[in-house]
Amino acid sequence: MSQLPLDGNALAGPLSEVFRIDVTTAIGECAHCRRSGPIAQAVVYANAPGMIARCPSCDGVVLRLVRNSGRAWLDLRGLICLQLAIPDSPAESAPGD
Amino acid sequence: MARAAVLGRLSWRVGTVIELRDETPTARTIVLDVPGWPGHAAGQHVDLRLTAPDGYSTERSYSIASAADGDRLELTVEPIPDGEVSPYLAGVLASGDQLELRGPVGGWFVWRPGTADPVFLVAGGSGLVPLMAMIRARDLTGDESPFRLVYSVRDPASILYADELRRRAHDDHGLNVTCAYTRMAPPGSPRPAGRIDASLLIAAGWPPDRRPAVFVCGPTGFVEAAANLLVDIGHDPRRVKTERFGSTGGSP
Amino acid sequence: MGIISRGFGGRNRSSRPDLPPGQYLVRDFPVLSAGPTPRIDLGSWEFRVTAEDGSIRTWDWAAFRELPSEDITVDLHCVTKWSKLGTSWAGVSMDAVLAEIATAAEFALVGSYGGYTTNLPVEDLLNGQAWIAYAYDGGDLEPEHGGPARLLVPHLYLWKSAKWVNGIQLLDHDEPGFWETAGYHNYGDPWREQRYWGD
Repeated sequence: MSQLPLDGNALAGPLSEVFRIDVTTAIGECAHCRRSGPIAQAVVYANAPGMIARCPSCDGVVLRLVRNSGRAWLDLRGLICLQLAIPDSPAESAPGD
Repeated sequence: MARAAVLGRLSWRVGTVIELRDETPTARTIVLDVPGWPGHAAGQHVDLRLTAPDGYSTERSYSIASAADGDRLELTVEPIPDGEVSPYLAGVLASGDQLELRGPVGGWFVWRPGTADPVFLVAGGSGLVPLMAMIRARDLTGDESPFRLVYSVRDPASILYADELRRRAHDDHGLNVTCAYTRMAPPGSPRPAGRIDASLLIAAGWPPDRRPAVFVCGPTGFVEAAANLLVDIGHDPRRVKTERFGSTGGSP
Repeated sequence: MGIISRGFGGRNRSSRPDLPPGQYLVRDFPVLSAGPTPRIDLGSWEFRVTAEDGSIRTWDWAAFRELPSEDITVDLHCVTKWSKLGTSWAGVSMDAVLAEIATAAEFALVGSYGGYTTNLPVEDLLNGQAWIAYAYDGGDLEPEHGGPARLLVPHLYLWKSAKWVNGIQLLDHDEPGFWETAGYHNYGDPWREQRYWGD
């Protein structure tokens, strides 16, 4: 009955409630082990209260997201930083981007 | 790095079930009409939200099975025993019913036509769904990137889109499909039943020096085993994209 | 609220007047986790209580199992809204554990193998309200449910009943734990439906 973890692709919908950019394609540097990788490939425990993303290399928590009608709590302390691509111009994104 | 994906307001929409199609004795495809659907890229998914009469609600993610086609999109659901949502979608949902969905989401596990790189698809069970969207999008857009699919499935009766895969393997130029059976292989099968291994991936897939874009999808255990094998045989881990479906079927 | 999904009932559940507000009764025993299940070898298991003056008391598995234990039947209420009534456990009462500690501390921070933490007032650990449980439903506590031993504090939401427990810090100040720092209520009384900050 226990669920195996998912990956950061599962964060795309929930994080869309917080960010206007798809953060799952961003590259994060793990604050615990300093390895980098796309958020989409984090190990995600989505059946806890809230969602927990862990570094696929060291299992350290990189992101925590709790949502409850009208409020979200987001902890990114497990990431040293996120590298995101941002649009240069408003017209840059295509359907399904 | 993936280019910018500005989501705008990603709100919940309502889609109507316009068709249901049995794919296997258990799995079925749900065809939805979603007015105003903005289109999607192959590999993306939607979040579905179901609400019971007493207000209880729950969400699940399902990969989009179809290539972008106006307001129409297709999901394929394999019911999990004791699942809460998948048996409802695969068994109770009827034509005319409505589904609340959000999307498309997921900018990472995406294939877009036009890059010409060879593509290596590795599917475990219902992990074929987003990869089928890629195969369909490739055909629809006339893209010529060569595709090789390795599809690990329990037995021949469990093959999703069996007729379509057979047809495409024959008709779609540059598409190669290999099924690997884990429990029961058909008589005369070149390979006995068993889990995928390095030799199968080498024989049926692209060699690392072709630098394929690799997409692996299925239950978490399958994806981890397959991804490890791919790296073991020399594929660049940065070229291997994975999507895990939890224990089985849609997430979680 | 979203549109009603025709014919969708969700998990086998019922709401009953004897449940805390917003809860549903379930028949299974869902497993929720924030990380991988730790695999702890009993030979190296240790439970450590650190008092506010810095003094430390530890028990290895043998010593822990020598503490007086009791069979208890309690109701569980998870913040994700499921409740499971009449669950049977065997465990060491926290009264027995804390009887061995000289402390005037008001606050406790509970820690687990794997790094999970949760906080609660010391008085909520006393007077027959909390146990370190090592058996469930007549058998050894399974790892996926927190074995070899977990905290059990049934009068609070189940996230306070830390799985894979390995120690408690007794503190003069309150130190919010893993979920309490991510939006969950600092105290977590299911009967007052204290799920999130500000509830």
